[in-house]
Amino acid sequence: MPIEIDIAHVARLARLALTPDELDRYRSQLAVILDHAARVQAVDTTGLAPTAHPLGLSNVFRPDEVRPPLDVDEVLSQAPSARDGYFEVPPALEGA
Amino acid sequence: MSLADLTIAEAGKQLRSGQATSVDLLEAVIERASFTEAQLHCYLTIDHEGARKAAESADRELAAGTDRGPLHGIPLALKDNFCTRGMTTTCSSQILAGYVPPYDATVVSRLRSGGAVIVGKTNLDEFAMGSSTENSAFGPTRNPWDPERVPGGSSGGSAAAVAVGSALGGFGSDTGGSIRQPASLCGVVGFKPTYGLVSRYGLVAFASSLDQIGPLARNVGDALTLFEAVAGHDPLDSTSYPGPVPEMRSDLEAGPKGIRVGVVTELSGEGYEPAVSTAMAEMLNRLAADGAELVEVSLPTFELALSCYYLIAPAEASANLARFDGVRYGLRVDGETVEEMMARTRAEGFGPEVIRRILLGTYSLSAGYYDAFYGQANRLRTKLIREIAEVHERVDVLVSPTSPTVAFELGAKTQDPLAMYLSDVCTIPADLAGTPAISVPVGLDHQGLPIGLQVMAPALGEAVMFRMARAVEERAGFTARPAMAGLPT
Amino acid sequence: MSTWEPVIGIEVHVELGTASKMFCGCPVVFGDQPNTAVCPTCLGLPGALPVTNGTAIEWLARIGLALHCRIAPFSVFHRKNYFYADVPKNYQISQFDLPVCVDGWLDVTADGEEIRVGIERAHMEEDTGKSLHQGSGGRIHAATSTLLDFNRSGVPLVEIVSRPDLRSAAQARAYAQDLRALVAELGVSDARMEEGSIRFDANVSVRPVSTKELGTKVEIKNMNSFRSLERAIGSEIDRQIGVLEDGGAVIQETRHWDEEVGATKGMRTKEGSSDYRYFTEPDLVPLEMPASTVERIRTDLPELPADRRHRFGQLGLDSHLVNVLSGSDPDLRRVFDEAVALGADPVISANWITGEVTAVFRRAEASKAEVRIRGSDLAELVMMVKQGTLSSSAAKEALSGVMAGEGSPREVAEARDLVQVSDEGLIGAAIDQVLAANAEAIERLRGGEEKVLGFLVGQVMRATGGKADPKLVNALLRQRIT
Ligand SMILES: [Mg+2]
Ligand SMILES: [Zn+2]
Repeated sequence: MPIEIDIAHVARLARLALTPDELDRYRSQLAVILDHAARVQAVDTTGLAPTAHPLGLSNVFRPDEVRPPLDVDEVLSQAPSARDGYFEVPPALEGA
Repeated sequence: MSLADLTIAEAGKQLRSGQATSVDLLEAVIERASFTEAQLHCYLTIDHEGARKAAESADRELAAGTDRGPLHGIPLALKDNFCTRGMTTTCSSQILAGYVPPYDATVVSRLRSGGAVIVGKTNLDEFAMGSSTENSAFGPTRNPWDPERVPGGSSGGSAAAVAVGSALGGFGSDTGGSIRQPASLCGVVGFKPTYGLVSRYGLVAFASSLDQIGPLARNVGDALTLFEAVAGHDPLDSTSYPGPVPEMRSDLEAGPKGIRVGVVTELSGEGYEPAVSTAMAEMLNRLAADGAELVEVSLPTFELALSCYYLIAPAEASANLARFDGVRYGLRVDGETVEEMMARTRAEGFGPEVIRRILLGTYSLSAGYYDAFYGQANRLRTKLIREIAEVHERVDVLVSPTSPTVAFELGAKTQDPLAMYLSDVCTIPADLAGTPAISVPVGLDHQGLPIGLQVMAPALGEAVMFRMARAVEERAGFTARPAMAGLPT
Repeated sequence: MSTWEPVIGIEVHVELGTASKMFCGCPVVFGDQPNTAVCPTCLGLPGALPVTNGTAIEWLARIGLALHCRIAPFSVFHRKNYFYADVPKNYQISQFDLPVCVDGWLDVTADGEEIRVGIERAHMEEDTGKSLHQGSGGRIHAATSTLLDFNRSGVPLVEIVSRPDLRSAAQARAYAQDLRALVAELGVSDARMEEGSIRFDANVSVRPVSTKELGTKVEIKNMNSFRSLERAIGSEIDRQIGVLEDGGAVIQETRHWDEEVGATKGMRTKEGSSDYRYFTEPDLVPLEMPASTVERIRTDLPELPADRRHRFGQLGLDSHLVNVLSGSDPDLRRVFDEAVALGADPVISANWITGEVTAVFRRAEASKAEVRIRGSDLAELVMMVKQGTLSSSAAKEALSGVMAGEGSPREVAEARDLVQVSDEGLIGAAIDQVLAANAEAIERLRGGEEKVLGFLVGQVMRATGGKADPKLVNALLRQRIT
């Protein structure tokens, strides 16, 4: 089956500001890869659960205990912009 | 011979007999790097100061009678996707250029407390996505056997550094073959453990359900030593195996006699270079002559492993890499709104292969496609795991080439993503199944390029895998070194 | 108005009051300095991994069981993918098609009518950080920006989704209040609306009465009190009816309640945000809850508010008294339960608890005085009134003595000389005395002048120094005269 890709929508979901040329190029590359990958659909997998962990682990818990947090200055030293102990970003387009 | 050409075991003996100090070893590998780096570019960061301090401290401790074990004082190279506190960790990406993590990965803290000396951080395909180390924002690494060729990837920097002697051992991460394939192309041993045996805490995630840290070394014994130093349960990684690490030393030298070796039909034929197939056939003959029992086995789902991988890994990656948004760390490209800032930062900060995989993963998870792509791939993964478990009722290990080809030329596959992806066709099944697999060099082709043989075992079957790998190594007698390693010192 | 039927469902987010966060060891704090309770995991640093807080999962099961949910023997975490500056990983660890709790209900009384509200699911997720939007008239400077604090990021959050079973704003409010009370009772959260530790969103639609098909639903957010929840839903119902009656169509959207304007207002929609690309969280392993664990958690549940109301009703309390007692201080409810267990009359005990005892408590609270009363004290007090040993006014005085720490009701009554005389011999002697001195009055009483009886009782009371049991005096007087 031919693969339909709304590449602009995918890029929006992935928060990637791509140019029309880039979008075109990625769409055709994705089409080739997905066409190859679509071979997985030929196999009947009814009754098979998806793999959760190769060794089948479950119920891994941590006790409800406090561990010391990071130093705020060390954390903010990596921030592109910080103010008054906060990370700072441009305003949101959307409502609060 | 330079100290840089010692194995870890030999170096350890010299340290303890007083023939060499850790500082001597460090100076030897740094001197080696000073000859080779300009051409090979294995390292993104060499931590001269930190490494020197660690080496001096290792020497002081040893002199005072404190021995932290087999990695005490040994200079090692770490792939630059391991978080190192106070040392930049970039994943070869512009989006993390200059990023200094505030914490050490569990593997890093275990190495530090084992007395290891971290020389620096090695080059990789950006976020470990690639098979040639060409997808690095900071330029490719080249193959020490032929600098016109790639070292494989994504752990190409560590593999090449170990091969050439700018470290005595190294670590990489393997998601689809990223330790074993560059090991094969660089003529070193590379091992991917059972999923969960080594903590992923502090390894910058590519595909969480596949990523596994493992060693690169000049021989099987060193690989085992490196592995033992970092293996074992970590309460900070929920997927970490809570049981004991398998005992792997007692049978290491037991040889191939009585081992049932499955030769995987699906990993041969078209696309495999004759030299690769021949090297494998010769090794199998020698193993059989020494008592190994060869069995042809077929694992039909191996044919679909690559497709599964290219649905699962990018899907997980698309979420794992969402955190790189210019808000808390790394690159920011400004915008009027936070949405615009994020979208610009990500488009400029990520390279094309990373963007391609993010788009691929986003697509295969999105509404309407999930079940046909991601969902189906994960059910097929269960099928593959069962198939492997079943075949291991009949055979102890599986063997195949590590890579269908020897090292290819730079640029040969960069324009054709699918051709590049096919480089990992032999290594991907063990990642999907979470089983251990190792690549051992078995010879050189007519051009003098290394060929690796892969030994796979069932989950937690490291003991029989190492035993077989050691048997292969012994029979291969591979002692060749890249010409660059012999440079005057 | 009567031709339209509102259909309302409520989504509740409850922040659990565990010591540490959901997937890391950072403390759960409120109102600290920004970014001081953060670590690689809750800050979404490269390489960090989540590890599930086992207590939070137990508490989720507690909530689920209190809501009569089935606890899934197998459940998994999913990643919910959406970019938002205060979501550090740009995905939220949540649950999707395999939540821990499914298919429960909560009985709610609204407008005197009991309704059963279905609970679709209750699942575990992690909270986001907090955004401080610096407005364009910004307090700090003109340039607008958003400041981010990640202290709240990763706090365990339980989401409880009701079925669309509510039919009025008042019902929605009653449900919200009862759910809050339930969560508080379980001791798993502060459940404070003002601090945001419990947050309500409503899905509202309307449809013509007696149709089955659901109308287009609108999600309402930003309701910060029960009152605003009720107002917001009421206002949204009216708005939707208005739109439909004008021949328009309701648009599916999220609207914010504006408390000052008293109306909901639409938000700009998030482009493409509806595709969350859920997939199993590969950094975590599945949760398995064996039946034995479920039973242990069920056994440990405290008495739930609805069960308690039912029990009060069965003790003979009317609905008003059930309501007031249910809303009483938990310590006082315990005194009530103890007294009833000791045989005290439930209705009389409840009246004491909700009346005089609560009043003394409030006064004591204001003056920070220490007060004490045990179930046995209340039982004794009720018994003494019933036996006539204390008059009702004397009982109040005895009670204040008890609560001031002076001893049991009997001890206080004796010390303060409050005990009524119920000795027939003593009272009889006083009556004889009074009758002898008031022959004329007896004649008038026999002649049918009933009010004279009151005068005679008064005389006897005076003769006994006010301590005689007036009922007994009354009865004995009648005996003598007739
Ligand atoms: Mg939610
Ligand atoms: Zn934290």
